[in-house]
Amino acid sequence: MIFFWAFVIGGAICVIGQILFDVFKLNPGQTLTILVVVGAILDGVGLYEPLIDFAGAGATVPITSFGNSLVHGAMQEAEKHGLVGVVTGMFEVTSAGISAAIIFGVIGAIIFKPKG
Amino acid sequence: MADKKKKNLPPEAQNYQAFQEEREVKRPVLLNCIKAFLVGGFICFIGQLISTFYIYYFHFTEQTAGNPTTATLIFITMLLTGFGIYDRIGQFAGAGSAVPVTGFGNAVISSAIEYKTEGFILGVGSNMLKLAGPVIVYGVFSAFLVALVKTLLIKWGVI
Repeated sequence: MIFFWAFVIGGAICVIGQILFDVFKLNPGQTLTILVVVGAILDGVGLYEPLIDFAGAGATVPITSFGNSLVHGAMQEAEKHGLVGVVTGMFEVTSAGISAAIIFGVIGAIIFKPKG
Repeated sequence: MADKKKKNLPPEAQNYQAFQEEREVKRPVLLNCIKAFLVGGFICFIGQLISTFYIYYFHFTEQTAGNPTTATLIFITMLLTGFGIYDRIGQFAGAGSAVPVTGFGNAVISSAIEYKTEGFILGVGSNMLKLAGPVIVYGVFSAFLVALVKTLLIKWGVI
């Protein structure tokens, strides 16, 4: 069942992105930025975690989960160390996405030749 | 804002703009949304397959399986980007391939490959995050604000 909801919720978030593209005429950079900010706010009010429980990868794969895990890391550290933790814990949970993108980016640049 | 801009233009230009707007090809919003839904949903479906694999074989939980899944998806994206397949998916799917984390990976990896010609330090190194930069910058800043407000509210006993 979780496979079905992953498909539906993940698809629905992409549709929101497409509407921002087509109806509001935003460029991809603006759209993704808005989605990340929305993800951060949703986690702040405690709605993103239940969505992950409900839809699994449908909630963790779209870029909104990036905002969610940034807030998550910050809050985890904030519980331990107070306000300083908000700054120091930021990348605690998120590191996977950014590290992977940078690591595979460099590897990709080494292996592949640019086209055109 | 568009109206304000129009008022300062001579009448010919205003007429031309009206003419241009009339002739502009309307974007097939509904069709694009369906494509985005199918491709985006499919990517998340594959993500779920990978998550389930990590949950069963490496004892991650639903909440923590997101991280290895993200890394695996970005690895697959590297191959698809390098062979030029991701661009083609992107032309078909629009936001369906841009919104999942694979789109983030594609933005980083494609800039990295593209700027290889300018050298590895100043080309790849400094341009790789050109497209993905805003996402990281405003993701971090908004997360900072949200976490700050939440921490203060908890401290003051509001929530």
